[in-house]
Amino acid sequence: MKYFFILQEKQNAPNSMKQFYHFIVKEFYHIFRDRRTLFILLGMPMVQIIIFGFALTNEVKNTKIAVINQSQGVSATRLVQKIESSSYFELYSQSKDAAQMDKLFKKGAVKIALVIPSDFDPSIVNQNKGQLQIIADATDPNVATALTNYLSVIIQDFQKELNPNSAIPYKIDVEARMMYNPQLKGAYNFVPGVMAMVLLLVCTMMTALTVVREKELGNMEILLASPINPIKIILAKAVPYLLLSIINITTILLLSYFVLDVPINGSLFLLYAESILFIMVSLGLGLLISAGTDSQQSAMFISLVAMFLPTVMFSGFIFPIENMPLPLRIISNFIPAKWFFIIVKSVMIKGVGLKLIWKETLILTCMMLFFFGMAIKKFKIRLA
Amino acid sequence: MAKLNSNAKAIIVDKVTKSYVNGKKKTTALDQISFEVTAGSLFGLIGPDGAGKTSLFRILTSLLLPDEGSVFVDGLNVQTEYKTLRQRIGYMPGKFSLYTDLTIQENIEFFASLFGTTFEENYDLIKDLYIQIAPFKDRRAGKLSGGMKQKLALCCALIHRPTILFLDEPTTGVDAVSRKEFWEMLQLLKAEGITIIVSTPYMDEATLCDQVALIQEGKILGIDTPQHIIEGFDKAIYAIKSPNMLQLLKHLEKDPAVEHVYPFGEFHHIVMKQKDSVIRIPEAAVMEKITPNIEDVFIDLMRSHAS
Repeated sequence: MKYFFILQEKQNAPNSMKQFYHFIVKEFYHIFRDRRTLFILLGMPMVQIIIFGFALTNEVKNTKIAVINQSQGVSATRLVQKIESSSYFELYSQSKDAAQMDKLFKKGAVKIALVIPSDFDPSIVNQNKGQLQIIADATDPNVATALTNYLSVIIQDFQKELNPNSAIPYKIDVEARMMYNPQLKGAYNFVPGVMAMVLLLVCTMMTALTVVREKELGNMEILLASPINPIKIILAKAVPYLLLSIINITTILLLSYFVLDVPINGSLFLLYAESILFIMVSLGLGLLISAGTDSQQSAMFISLVAMFLPTVMFSGFIFPIENMPLPLRIISNFIPAKWFFIIVKSVMIKGVGLKLIWKETLILTCMMLFFFGMAIKKFKIRLA
Repeated sequence: MAKLNSNAKAIIVDKVTKSYVNGKKKTTALDQISFEVTAGSLFGLIGPDGAGKTSLFRILTSLLLPDEGSVFVDGLNVQTEYKTLRQRIGYMPGKFSLYTDLTIQENIEFFASLFGTTFEENYDLIKDLYIQIAPFKDRRAGKLSGGMKQKLALCCALIHRPTILFLDEPTTGVDAVSRKEFWEMLQLLKAEGITIIVSTPYMDEATLCDQVALIQEGKILGIDTPQHIIEGFDKAIYAIKSPNMLQLLKHLEKDPAVEHVYPFGEFHHIVMKQKDSVIRIPEAAVMEKITPNIEDVFIDLMRSHAS
């Protein structure tokens, strides 16, 4: 056996594995010596999770509400107390003056107001009928709709409390159940999104930059004049970022599990395996970009404009794909992040197994093979 | 001992043409170049910036393909047998191309591993060079001085004991002392049997080569041993000096008997159109007939071709 190796070494001159190993070690030197970039690479997922988790949330929580209470009757007071005691709303002001409300909306102090007319109490007692008005600031329609729904539910609850024994001839009780995410937490949606975004940034952009940097600084000239196989240059560039990305996935999962209370319902192993698949897709894409560009600037531009923006827009993480016009829905199929987003949501939140996501997995696998194949094919063995 | 077979050709370049298309403009970098280099010799490629030296080096090292013509390096076709070729050549590009964020030691070891060898294995070849940079071996390459960088780059190009070494302008931007040391090192490497192809814009370095080729605008103007090149010059050449050198230069440029005049150190050198030409010189000027050096010959060759 030993003799065989010696023989092979003499024939193929450079020992393949050793050469590859040294190349990877060199890549790690580059990464670890650029402290600032390393810090950003490892810190970015934490910052993003925290920003999305606590700042950019559209959950209804302690929203300020203005109440124009012209009634001041018993029922009206009880209703206001009920709204106030819920964790969704916080009473900002209560007054009789309707003009006051307009000011509050313009100032942006409140996003929703409840108007209780002066005849609210008497008409409930006398006619079994009361009228209320909800006014919402619809500059952000999604938020306005959500707030209105929450407030309506509270009012309906209140109605039931008023006369629990009322004999209404027909009554349909609708019980809505929010599957997988009963508390309607935004984190369930954005954790998979942030994972896709971070992995794409780290893998695609960083690998593209690292290969192009060698071209720009002239290192590639010596590498090409040496016997190393271009495929090895490409793969050696990808390995360190694969490892860094696995660290990043771990950070994201730990933070979302312990800080944001997002459950991991499916198999952790499957989740990691799918993530690694997506990492490889992103790495392949990064290498493909690097093979076609000669300057770090254009590599960065292409990674950001051609990959990052579509990922944010077409992955379904911020804008629901179902609501898009057909051409955009077709485009979204070519965005790897869309499939990864579906996979992570399915595995992490719904807890499904590979059986139900084999299609998405297959698509990502094909994309990975395509990107790597193209990158290797396009990688030049000469300078021009 | 190095030249066992003095007729063996390390490099054969036959009618090589290379041009670049930049937008709609086509620039010819190399125009029908042919030459041969004897194995084990030190071959100098002398020419101004933009003459096509780097293009030629890239073709010889299989980094670029020629548009026309054929190139054999160490008996291998650069177009088809580049894989084998790349194991045998050492290349040091004109621009410092090592990893600035790796230390001296890491750079050398990385390049050794690239060629499947180790630092220890070929240490004796680079020992003389390595000793000079060894005190800084843990310093990052980006923080070295120009001369140190060149020595390191040469170490890295040599670490796999190449049969042919390509050095593209290794002494550009290096101080005079380091330049001298560098050329002494090349002589030692030649003694080891390594064929060395070196390019330089400094004409005075030409005399240190076994053979030189003068290249300008993609054409080789002359190729021979430095000695033969000087001997082949058959024009009359004078050195002239006066208190007002600038005025003197302008005056001589107008003289119809003068072919070229150019500043050379503290003198102006004048090449006459005819051997027996007579020129008028200002009273204060002192003129003296000289034997040409290699720079005079090159300047004459370059000016004659340019016009």
